Order: sequence, then structure tokens, then C-alpha cells
Amino acid sequence: MSSEVNTTATQFRQASAEYNFGFLDEYAKKEVRRSVLKAIAIPGYQVPYSSREMPMGRGFGTGGLQLTLSLIGKQDTLKVIDQGSDDSVNAVNLRSFIEMTCPGIDTTTKVSEANLIQSRHRIPEQSLREDQVIVLQVPYPDALVVVEPSEDKRKIMHGEADYSRLLVKLYEDIVKFNEITISHRYPTRINGHYVLDPSPIPRWDVPKMNDSKALILFGAGREKKIYAVPPYTLAEPLEFDDVPFRVENFNDENGQRRVCHRCGCDHSFLDEFVDARSGEKLYQCSDSDYCDEQLKLKNGGER
Amino acid sequence: MSNEKVLEVRNLSKVYGKGCLKCFESTGPEHNTNICPHCGSVVAAHNISFDLYKGEVLGIMGESGSGKSTSVKNLFFDENPTSGQAIFFDEGKQYDLFNLNAQQKRHLRNHRFGMVYQNPVLGLNFNVSAGGNIAERLLMSSLSNYSEIRERAIELLRRTEVLTERMDEMPKNFSGGMQQRVQIAKALATNPPLLFLDEVTTGLDLSVQAAILDLIMEIQRESDTAMIAVTHDLGVIRLLAGRTIVMKYGRIIETGLTDQILEDPQDAYTQRLVASAL
Repeated sequence: MSSEVNTTATQFRQASAEYNFGFLDEYAKKEVRRSVLKAIAIPGYQVPYSSREMPMGRGFGTGGLQLTLSLIGKQDTLKVIDQGSDDSVNAVNLRSFIEMTCPGIDTTTKVSEANLIQSRHRIPEQSLREDQVIVLQVPYPDALVVVEPSEDKRKIMHGEADYSRLLVKLYEDIVKFNEITISHRYPTRINGHYVLDPSPIPRWDVPKMNDSKALILFGAGREKKIYAVPPYTLAEPLEFDDVPFRVENFNDENGQRRVCHRCGCDHSFLDEFVDARSGEKLYQCSDSDYCDEQLKLKNGGER
Repeated sequence: MSNEKVLEVRNLSKVYGKGCLKCFESTGPEHNTNICPHCGSVVAAHNISFDLYKGEVLGIMGESGSGKSTSVKNLFFDENPTSGQAIFFDEGKQYDLFNLNAQQKRHLRNHRFGMVYQNPVLGLNFNVSAGGNIAERLLMSSLSNYSEIRERAIELLRRTEVLTERMDEMPKNFSGGMQQRVQIAKALATNPPLLFLDEVTTGLDLSVQAAILDLIMEIQRESDTAMIAVTHDLGVIRLLAGRTIVMKYGRIIETGLTDQILEDPQDAYTQRLVASAL
């Protein structure tokens, strides 16, 4: 280990000693936990809470972070994902902040090892277990915001389960483009009543919320809302009887399913990027941990 | 017309402002004002009572500010009355309109009532297409099949003589008469037994007015819809309404068969109104 890393570690220890475990004070954590309980009790309902100032801008995942910090304990193993990757800026910074303020916790990049997962934009490909909790960072919690600017009116609409104007949006999409064009934040009805905005996860991940074994929590820091999809709860994307919901298909021009260029996986959510050298379009698993796992399988257990 | 009652309104009152004990006794036609001199509240409607039967068109006539629109807005839940009772009779059930909870109100509004406003901006959503507007009302009444919704929207627009080729256009591209037709189509989407018409032809040119009135009469004949038509236009009253209520300063000053009111008005105000128009 280089001396530089050593210094950072020392600084971490010093800094963490000055903060309460989990950065937030115990009252703040208690409030978040109470809001979480209410959110679980009323699936899909947006519970308001007093989102605290965090040492980072709102919009950088402070909602998810406050959930994680309120739920985590010394015995927990945490995984932080940003757009499917453990190594992107948002994930790295959030992880080091949590490591700094929660001494004693373990972190991992493996889904199977974690019992608490904080994620931005993706639900892991590997299906989650009952003993796992996934926390999603949410920019806009209210699915109705696209059709109704007034929060007062939106609250009434939610209370009365009046989602006709969202369905009109789907109708207009079909009229104009012959299909529903919502790519992410697909409005999803939870437990037959509240429609929520499932963070900016792609359509691909929406079916994973239905009857999920793991508890799914959503935290919106700027909008000060917490909501939940409890385990084994019905989560139905809005659709018409004759125009069903569908996920992204990743087919090429010839109708062939594209595969990950790294691990060869043909059943995961793919990211498209352009190779800087060859200028070629490449497709790779968005979930980096899953990609590693698949590669390991392909190479017979060896990475 | 049958003897089946659709709506029974008793002593409906609406006061804007804090109100005082002298409000009602110091306003009305005999005082030539609807503003209370003691507290400054506006008595927009007071002691409005009437019955409406199936297939009947009831006209509410009066000058601006006489409380005609206020009465209708209260019945359509756009506003809450200060006091009074209204009972809506529907499929063997009775609904005490002013004592329903928000969800029941919304259900009646979306399923059993239709409203056509003078200004299409109030009745239509200008951010979605004409077809989308009708779809919205159908979706409110929990129809969830895209092609069914589409078919029904086409059918309604055809019935109200809107070119179906233009159904996917935004209402702002339409002329005033067309917007009004779309609004009527939207109001009719759920086949409501009760339709409120608030100055539907005001501001349209004469030929368009005639066409809209024709359409309304046709709808009334075909589907036996009970309607309340609010207007200050005697021509509309003469053409549409079987019975008419004349209002002034928030009070009903005369009520009776339309022919009777127009040919032999009893109240001085009605006499002046009829004389000035004819």
C-alpha cells in the first residue's frame, strides 16, 4: 500500500471520529426510518420527510444517501452502483463518503455479497433476495409532474387514483409514434393504487419491481420524498389492454439480439458506446458486476 | 319527456365573501344589487329551487352577474355552495350532491355529468389532441383498450361533425365552432344522463350558432339527455328550452314554460328583457 493511500486512510479515520455514525444525527435517522415504515405501509405513496443538507449538492443522490445512512449498521455490507457500474464518479464518491462516515461497514461490488445496495438508474441484473434492500436515488418522485404542475392538485389526483391524464399521454404517444415512447421513469402502479415514478431506471428494470423479493426504497433528496415497493407487491406499468408494456429489445437491423462484446451475454441491458480508436459502435452490459460474472462463467470460473 | 325526475334543487345559495346576517334581506332584485351593503359580500345565488326531468331542457336566463353560471358551477362541483340541497336521481339511486365525498363527486362528474363551457379553454385540455381530450374522459371512466377508445372518439367526433381526419390535431388549430364541437363530443363521451350547457353559443357567429344548437337538439332527441342551458340569448332559450327560469341579482324572479315566459312575461324585468330582444 502506498503512503498516499495510508494518509488518506488516516484522514478518513480522523474525520469519521468527528461525525456521528452515518453522518446524520440520530434524530434525523429516526425520522427517515419512520418515513420508510410509512412508505412500506402505503406502497407507492410518497411520504414527505425533512431532507437534510448533505455535504454535496441536491441532485447528486442525497435522497438515496440519507436512506442508506439511516439504514446501515456496522454489520452491513454495502454496494453502490451508478448506471450499473461500481466505478463511475457518483458511485465512487458516495461509497467513499459512506465508508468515511460509517466506520466498520463492509463494501463490495458483488450483488450477492451485499445486503444493502444503493443505486442510480439501474436495478441489478441478478435477481435480489429477501434479505437485501435496494435504495434508488430519485430525481423526480412524482409521475404526475408531467401532466400537472400543481403539487396540491397532484396530491388529490393520487388520493383519488386519478391517472387518466397519464394514460392520455400514452394515448398521444401511440397516436403519434405508434408506440409508447417513455424510455425511463416509466409510470408504474403499485399494489393497484398509487402510480409512482420508478427513479430513472430503464423500462428493462420495471418488471423487476413486480413481486420483488427485496425491499425497494426510493429517496428523493431535493423533492423531499420517500416511497417504497415492499417485497412481493404488485407493480404494474401503465398500459392499454391491447397495447401492452414492453421492454427494450436490443435487436440489430436484422432482428438479431445484440450481445455484450465483452462477456457475450445475450440477456442483459446493454449500453451503446463508440470505440474511440476504431469508431465502431460497441455494446456492453450496463451492469458491470453482472458482466464480470458472465465473463467468469464463460472462461470456466477464471476471470 | 317523461315524469322521471333527474335533478331536484332546493334553496341553493352561494355567497362570496364572509357574509353576515343581513346579506339575504338586503340584496336581490328589490334592492337592485347583489352586494350586501353591510358586509360587502356578493350574494351570487340565493334560494334557487327547481326540478329537472329526463329528456328535458331547462333554460336559465338572465343578464351578466345574475347568478346563472354560479348555480350550474355549484351543481357540477366546480364550486361549493354556501347552503342548499340538490338530489341527483340516477339508475334507481339518489345522490345528495352537496354531501358526497370527493371521490363520489369525481365519479359523478366523470361518468354521469357532462359540462360544456362558454370558453373551450375551460372544458378542453389544450396540451393534448382533440382525440386525446375525448380519450381522457373515456379513460377517467376506466376504459382501458386503446382501439376501443380510438373508435369511440371517432364515433363521437363524427356525431358532432368534426372532421375525423383532424382528430389528432391540437385544439388550438381549430376554429371556435370546432373547439365547441370537440367540447360537446368530450362531454358526451360517457353518455351522461345530465348535461350542463354554459353559454355554449356565445361568441360564435350566427351560422355556427345554429349548427351547434341543431346538434344539441339532435342529441337531446336521440339520447333523452336532461340538460340545463344557461344563456342570456333569448333565441337559444326559445329554440332549446321547454321550461325557463329567469334570474336577476341572484334570485329566481320568474319560472314557467318557455312559450309562456316569452309571450306573456309577468315580471317587469322579464317584460323588459323580452321586449328589448324582440
